[in-house]
Amino acid sequence: MDLQFTDKELAFRDEVRAFLAAELPAELAAKVRRGATLEKADHDRWHAILNARGWLAATWPVDFGGPGWTPVQRHIFEEESARAHAPRIVPFGLAMLGPVLIRFGSKAQQEEYLPRILDGSDWWCQGYSEPGAGSDLASLRTRAVREGDHYVINGQKTWTTLGQHANRIFCLVRTDPQVKPQAGISFILVDLDTPGIEMRPIKLIEGGHEVNEVFFTDVKVPVENLVGEENSGWTIAKFLLTHERTNIAGTGFSTQALEEVKALARARRVNGRRLIDDPLYAARLAQVEIDLEAMKITNLRMLARAQKTGQPGVESSILKIKGTVIRQELNDLARRALGPAAAPFPAEALAGNAAVAPEEHRADAARYFNNRKLSIFGGSNEIQRNILTKAMLEL
Amino acid sequence: MDFDQSEDRRMLAETLSRYLADRYDVATRIKLAYDAPYHSPERWAEMAELGILHALVSEDHGGMGGHGFDIATVFEELGRTLCPEPVLPALMGLRLLAAAGADLEPALTGAEMLAVAIGEPEAPWDLDALETRAETAGDGWVLTGRKSVVYGGHVASRLLVAARADGGLGLFEVRAGDAEITAYGMIDGGGAAEIFLDATPARLLIADARDAFDSALNAGRVALCAEAVGAMDATKDLLLDYLRTRKQFGRTIGSFQVLQHRTVDLVTEIEQARSITILAADALDGPEAGRRASMAKNLIGRAARLVAEEAIQMHGGIAMTWEAAVSHYGKRLVMIDAQLGDTDFHLTRVMEGLQA
Ligand SMILES: Cc1cc2nc3c(=O)[nH]c(=O)nc-3n(C[C@H](O)[C@H](O)[C@H](O)COP(=O)(O)OP(=O)(O)OC[C@H]3O[C@@H](n4cnc5c(N)ncnc54)[C@H](O)[C@@H]3O)c2cc1C
Repeated sequence: MDLQFTDKELAFRDEVRAFLAAELPAELAAKVRRGATLEKADHDRWHAILNARGWLAATWPVDFGGPGWTPVQRHIFEEESARAHAPRIVPFGLAMLGPVLIRFGSKAQQEEYLPRILDGSDWWCQGYSEPGAGSDLASLRTRAVREGDHYVINGQKTWTTLGQHANRIFCLVRTDPQVKPQAGISFILVDLDTPGIEMRPIKLIEGGHEVNEVFFTDVKVPVENLVGEENSGWTIAKFLLTHERTNIAGTGFSTQALEEVKALARARRVNGRRLIDDPLYAARLAQVEIDLEAMKITNLRMLARAQKTGQPGVESSILKIKGTVIRQELNDLARRALGPAAAPFPAEALAGNAAVAPEEHRADAARYFNNRKLSIFGGSNEIQRNILTKAMLEL
Repeated sequence: MDFDQSEDRRMLAETLSRYLADRYDVATRIKLAYDAPYHSPERWAEMAELGILHALVSEDHGGMGGHGFDIATVFEELGRTLCPEPVLPALMGLRLLAAAGADLEPALTGAEMLAVAIGEPEAPWDLDALETRAETAGDGWVLTGRKSVVYGGHVASRLLVAARADGGLGLFEVRAGDAEITAYGMIDGGGAAEIFLDATPARLLIADARDAFDSALNAGRVALCAEAVGAMDATKDLLLDYLRTRKQFGRTIGSFQVLQHRTVDLVTEIEQARSITILAADALDGPEAGRRASMAKNLIGRAARLVAEEAIQMHGGIAMTWEAAVSHYGKRLVMIDAQLGDTDFHLTRVMEGLQA
């Protein structure tokens, strides 16, 4: 048993740190730190910097432009990025579609799309969920009917994250309504400029615009946009889900959030003493720290196993459940630390001498509410429990 | 023993409930609560006309109620519709004015809006930690300090301010026009303000106002607890509706046992929350008022967060949207904890009571 990174891994960590120190623009880090909404240009800028270094497509094989990292290296990169307040890498093209095309796409699709993902020409969004198909994704109804050399798509997708920045969407569509649901689904690439597509914003609980609904009315998509065989979409979706689950524990985010809450609790004076000197508050903080320390090791244990076996196991559901709960608890502690000062809205509007919370903490309540999503999307925590029940308990 | 409401209070609840359901449907409420002035002057006047402010004040002082149960009745209904009108500052302000023997009439009719300015940036809830100072100037007083997140401070014409003078913690009256005020909306709807006092002229109402503040704060805590009970009850109804109608995997999600049990846990907590609120309301004018109010506010803080988080979780993505009523209930339920002392603040007060 050895809990330390190897010398090689430590050297890699130093390399990542040095890179972030030199290349991460301070304005971007500051925005991430205070929870401000990132513009498309912010994301594009950071992606371009990573791409120039060859570090953008962490999960892609070297032949396709990936860095050839081990799972542990990817983990180190994610932890260090969170520590430095780097923007998260927008996953739809890089972490989701890229691996799908590499595994299931035609040579023509790989050649057309992969470079455009890397250089930022394309921004993809994920068209899986529908109003009636959330946890039960296989019940999706958006229909694609083959007509000559086109599919004609009708239906609706929803929850499309950052679709407002996207020019393309990858969709799960129903191509065969006669068979059992999973067997009649296809995976298809759609240009959002195609006539018949309408995207509408959805305003979220904290007031932000992060997700959208997408309506398809007689949208003609060339058959060569199909990925894999017709009706093999469910296999692709399941493959993609395992990729969605890398970095699912989010321990880098939590570690960073913990440090910030600690600093806040040390700096903030409440009712005649520092907040950290309130034993009840300190107990809450200590408890999350304990959970997080354990979580980091749980995460590394599962990472080591994945490194050995070559794929993430079903235990990744444990990482999803516990990892999101810890992140949400830390968001709660930040909001709690501010007391009434967490309430002004929108927080950014209050500046100068009227500001109530410290600058990096003005969006803490908004972040707490927004991050309720963590236990809902990517397979809700209830669905993760169902998966674990089936796979591990043998009841 | 009788846990039924008196006839008068039942009628009050019914009248108010009908009025609020009619005038604060979800879409209207969202708009009013988030657009300046973060409430509706027109509805405020209507509600005063209905007599809800009179219900908060005892007959001795020109009202028609004022008991803890009257307060709880009004606020439970307000909570049920997430009403953003600044009734809480009115309640606390009226109580302070009554203690000062001042004329309540302008505030009782709703013509004059009050705000109670106690909390400060480093002293959100603890009277002993307040730093705003009062000094004599000529035959009057001036106040210097900052009052933070003053609910209703964005619309009040009269501010009732806690400030430290040589004689102890005093209650002062400041005309809003004399102070520097920055108004803003809140993440859970409604409005508040930062109030800057810099040798601002003030009128002394009570020189040693400690008891008056405690009484106003305890009444405010009972009110918030009742508001939370109403909001939790409404949230539970929204959740049950959704569990019965939302289908996944070919069945209603309410048929999944894991969601059933968690909903039962919420129902249990809401019953407990109602009970502790009754206990605190009953004790409001007695010697146990502070301790019971703290017990209630602590339990409510825990229950309201659980109900908010679980109701959102069990709704799934739809609860993450602005359009869904449950998201607004969730926000209010969580943020109530930050008003007039949070879960930990009140637990500390109950713990201190153990040592005596
Ligand atoms: C902010 C946000 C961003 C998103 N981004 C995207 C995106 O970019 N692309 C995309 O395709 N989708 C996206 N989603 C959708 C997300 O994947 C779904 O919200 C998720 O799958 C849950 O589905 P639902 O919201 O319909 O909830 P439902 O499936 O209706 O679930 C409601 C509740 O029932 C529970 N439940 C359901 N089935 C069971 C069961 N069998 N046993 C026990 N409990 C059960 C759920 O856990 C939940 O608590 C996003 C969602 C959010 C909130």
